[in-house]
Amino acid sequence: MSKVEFNKETGPREVFCGLTSIVWLHRRMPDAFFLVVGSRTCAHLIQSAAGVMIFAEPRFGTAILEEKDLAGLADAHEELDRVVNNLIARRPEIKTLFLVGSCPSEVIKLDLATVAEKLNKRFLGQVKFVNYSGSGIETTFTQGEDGALKALIPLMDSSDEEKLLLVGTLANNVEDRFKKIFRNLGISNIESFPPRQSTELPKIGKNTKVLLTQPYLSDTVRDLKHRGCEIISAPFPLGIQGSTEWFLAAAKAFKISEFKVHEIISPLINRAKLALESHKEILKGKRLFLLPESQLEISLARFLHNECEMDLIEVGTPYLNKDLMKEEINLLPDNTKIVEGQHVEKQLDRVRESNPDLVVCGMGLANPLEAEGISTKWSIEMVFSPIHGIDQAADLAGLFSKPLKRNQILTSKTLVTH
Amino acid sequence: MELTLWTYEGPPHVGAMRIASSMKDIHYVLHAPQGDTYADLLFTMIERRGQRPPVTYTTFQARDLGGDTAELVKKNIKEAVERFKPKTLLVGESCTAELIQDQPGALAKGMGFDMPIVNLELPAYSKKENWGASETFYQLTRTLLKEKVNYSEKISPLRWKEFGRRPKVNILGPSLLGFRCRDDVIEIQRILSEQGIDTNVVAPLGASPEDIERLIDAEINICLYPEIAEASCEWLKRNFEMEYTNTIPIGIKNTIEFINEVHKKLDLPLTNKKELENKSKLPWYSKSVDSNYLTGKRVFIFGDGTHAIAAAKIAKEELGFEVVGLGTYSREMARKVRATAKDLNVEALITNNYLEVEDAMKKAAPELVLGTQMERHSAKRLGIPCSVISTPMHVQDVPARYSPQMGWEGANVIFDDWVHPLMMGLEEHLIDMFKHDFEFVDGHQSHLGHTATKTKDILNTDAKKEKNSKEGIIWTESGRAELTKVPFFVRGKVKTNTEKYAILRGIPEISDETLYDAKAYFS
Repeated sequence: MSKVEFNKETGPREVFCGLTSIVWLHRRMPDAFFLVVGSRTCAHLIQSAAGVMIFAEPRFGTAILEEKDLAGLADAHEELDRVVNNLIARRPEIKTLFLVGSCPSEVIKLDLATVAEKLNKRFLGQVKFVNYSGSGIETTFTQGEDGALKALIPLMDSSDEEKLLLVGTLANNVEDRFKKIFRNLGISNIESFPPRQSTELPKIGKNTKVLLTQPYLSDTVRDLKHRGCEIISAPFPLGIQGSTEWFLAAAKAFKISEFKVHEIISPLINRAKLALESHKEILKGKRLFLLPESQLEISLARFLHNECEMDLIEVGTPYLNKDLMKEEINLLPDNTKIVEGQHVEKQLDRVRESNPDLVVCGMGLANPLEAEGISTKWSIEMVFSPIHGIDQAADLAGLFSKPLKRNQILTSKTLVTH
Repeated sequence: MELTLWTYEGPPHVGAMRIASSMKDIHYVLHAPQGDTYADLLFTMIERRGQRPPVTYTTFQARDLGGDTAELVKKNIKEAVERFKPKTLLVGESCTAELIQDQPGALAKGMGFDMPIVNLELPAYSKKENWGASETFYQLTRTLLKEKVNYSEKISPLRWKEFGRRPKVNILGPSLLGFRCRDDVIEIQRILSEQGIDTNVVAPLGASPEDIERLIDAEINICLYPEIAEASCEWLKRNFEMEYTNTIPIGIKNTIEFINEVHKKLDLPLTNKKELENKSKLPWYSKSVDSNYLTGKRVFIFGDGTHAIAAAKIAKEELGFEVVGLGTYSREMARKVRATAKDLNVEALITNNYLEVEDAMKKAAPELVLGTQMERHSAKRLGIPCSVISTPMHVQDVPARYSPQMGWEGANVIFDDWVHPLMMGLEEHLIDMFKHDFEFVDGHQSHLGHTATKTKDILNTDAKKEKNSKEGIIWTESGRAELTKVPFFVRGKVKTNTEKYAILRGIPEISDETLYDAKAYFS
């Protein structure tokens, strides 16, 4: 392990909660509905993050707790029952319904597991119910996906068939590319989790080799291990280096030679390096500060330093699973400063002191930093854009070079804001 | 429990954030988990603010719940006060913190600060954003002025005469994330200044705690947005006998009435009454012959109470539209909206469910929708032109240009914003005239884009539908041919009316003559 500097910080934070991941999860599984059991705040959060108005009727909603629901839990269960019945009647195309716990439902100890169990009996053969918590007292942003996937694992049948299981939501086009490359490598049995249809869950067992596509799936990994799956240890497929190591690790697990891997992906790498050049020219030597939010920060730091030659000032991460991030941390330059957790005020002090060229942060902080003359990239864009794989390396770099390029065009460093 | 797919208003603590962010030298410590920080982006992204909202979130986590969350609150309050040095501190909780009952306001008061502390209790499970904003502004005003109640003289609206100066007023209610507040304030100040009236304080937008303490230097209050300011105006009236205005200066008639009301309250002679009629282009634009086509346009209105009521009045009295639907999502304004609806002979729609609004819109078959951004989307699906008149805010509702809703310029903006989505008068007239020419392509509608249905489609589907209709009414060849000659924008209505007439008279087949019979019957 490289000599990385680990720090911990606590205090006020500026991050989304796990409910936000519903925004991409519901798109991944068009036959699923996500019902948050929470407050008006939860509903407002999701609609603010997701631009809900473009949907005639979105496939997610909030059962908003009212005063009478807080008075007695028995009544709350009954009320939730009523809401679900109405919902199923109105949306008969729904095959899986996720009951998503929130901060208030966790605090009043609303037992969504029992509710789901009862509903599963009633709607047997029609709709499946699972529950997980996306609450902000337990989860940060992308961690919501971890909860949702973990909740699906008990529904997955067992099979000892050998297969490669890609775990973590990917953009469909990226997923197709990966599968094609793996087939070219000689791995034919490849499945994805989450699947594109909630009802088509992969079967798992002792010959399932799990390759993670996203770094925020600690609980899912643990449960997959319990089901006998083998977890392939690898960095994450962001950038050329990460993706190459990722393919190599998978190949090794399937006893495919390194030579074969290089043979297949070399043309891709050459092409990608060429495409990366123009972005590297802009990013090279620029100083980067990553605030914690998406949990992709460590992988992004590795890519932006190793492949785009940016200097890392600080790498924030909401939480750190050293085991899961081991391979990534090994690839970081020595003396990288990793800060787990957040005290947003102190961290912003450090941002101002270090005068970075680019800050990766949440949407709440972006314009205020821009107004101080600091270029920013919103982290939420990483979870909505296809950024994984060798072919996307230049696009990923482009997300960071664009704000710098824009800053060069609009020369004035500070502006009067209104 | 209520299933909500989308909500017009956020929770009440977002209302409190609107007040805190609108003002200077205020800080708000919010006992809340980390996810609640999403609300910052409403200000930094939608309003494009270059500053963070002055809010510290205590960020308690599940593991804190077993321990001492009260200590966490105190730590955050202490740090926030040291760092931001606010002149007044707001302390409150969001929905989750309300359940764990740490009473952060009481904790803050026990910490020995010498600045005023406002303890905000905003019930998250029964109230919403606008209520929260109103309550916060009221509690803040009350906290900063309550000591002056006993030894201040009662405020006479006429005292400016004794003081030998121009009368002074406060403009209350404008806030961030309020609809076009930034520009309304400029417009209203300009109008008042022209009338020889000075602005004492604008609040909450741009005000400091000292400004709130100075509110009682004015003679009267202008209650510009009752959703936010009525409770405060009422308290100032009760305790200082400060009068406040009731008229909202949106539209020409209301602006003139507003000026009259202010003059009357201040006992200031109104010397330029005639001039006022000509301050805006709306009256003449509305009267010019090109606007003839606006007569009787069916308009459906939904929004916050203040803007919906004002829109109804302008639509009916200043543009000559027919209001076919009126509603609001603000329960607090339901009474006023119902009264307005009654005068217009429509039933008020009071709901927070946008699907109900869309259904009502469909049934009312309007030619123009005036609503929120959500109604703009619903109207788009239905192929109806729409103009946005109300919050919830969208980045589009914060235009770079000066674009008020109130006063003279506001009336100009409204005329343009409402009329442009409709087809321009002359263009509509020409389409009507030339629609049977072979060069003319039906559905050629420059403003409505792809959304208007082509005649052939309508007829095909209609023809199929008719054959299957329960009543068994059949459209004959001649009936259908005649229907195509009806301008597309009223075709739907003509079709429904003709069928209604046919059912009424027990006519099994609709011919061209039935169409004309129905037309005569309903005219």
